[in-house]
Amino acid sequence: MERFCRVQRADFDPAALEVALLAGAGPGETAGAVATFTGLVRRAAGDGAFTGLTLEHYPGMTERAIGEILDEAAARWSLLALGVVHRIGELAPGARIVWVGAAAAHRGDAFAACEFTMDYLKTRAPFWKKEHWGPEARWVEARSDDRHRAARWQGEAGTTTASTEE
Amino acid sequence: MKVRFFASVRERLGTAECDFTHETPPADLDALRAVLAARGEGFAEVLAQPNLICAVNQQVVHGNSALGPDDEVAFFPPVTGG
Repeated sequence: MERFCRVQRADFDPAALEVALLAGAGPGETAGAVATFTGLVRRAAGDGAFTGLTLEHYPGMTERAIGEILDEAAARWSLLALGVVHRIGELAPGARIVWVGAAAAHRGDAFAACEFTMDYLKTRAPFWKKEHWGPEARWVEARSDDRHRAARWQGEAGTTTASTEE
Repeated sequence: MKVRFFASVRERLGTAECDFTHETPPADLDALRAVLAARGEGFAEVLAQPNLICAVNQQVVHGNSALGPDDEVAFFPPVTGG
């Protein structure tokens, strides 16, 4: 399985990443599905004062942690390619933060691997968000909902459908 | 041995890292925690955080763990990326 992991300050082009993912999926047009996810800097409804995020990470451990997530996804599903791009630094409201793409012969594997990778990224990769309102700033607290979403994947290795139980 | 701090932990301590190049490094994580906690109120407070995460050589560890002089230890809050 082709894989890539990029941690970068620069913005990314989701369309170009999808092309690169499919190129990595190999010759012979064996890919029948590509599932991609793009995460954005969200402004809470009515929070007009929100000016953006700073994203910090642990260089080295980040790449290692994402590599382990990609390994686990590759072991669980039949994939042709899987990629992650995560931005760091200052990000304005609406900016792209993260991209995950999975290519597979069939959509079930692509959907599940994309969601799994995103759920594990949220709870296992050492990134931290700080929210800014002009001069005011606050570190984002980890959410129990993210932990529950990641926990859904434990004990169901090899399946191609995600549990929807919360 | 190098000890690194990230995000709110780094800000609380006012430092991103410290090392033990000029003194005998602690033999395990419990000893390291005790040495750091003795450095001041901020360290003691951070190390008492129930949700504090510890990594040794970039792998998360729970509980105590033996340490070598070339190990890299990190303390940080729960992750919030994605």
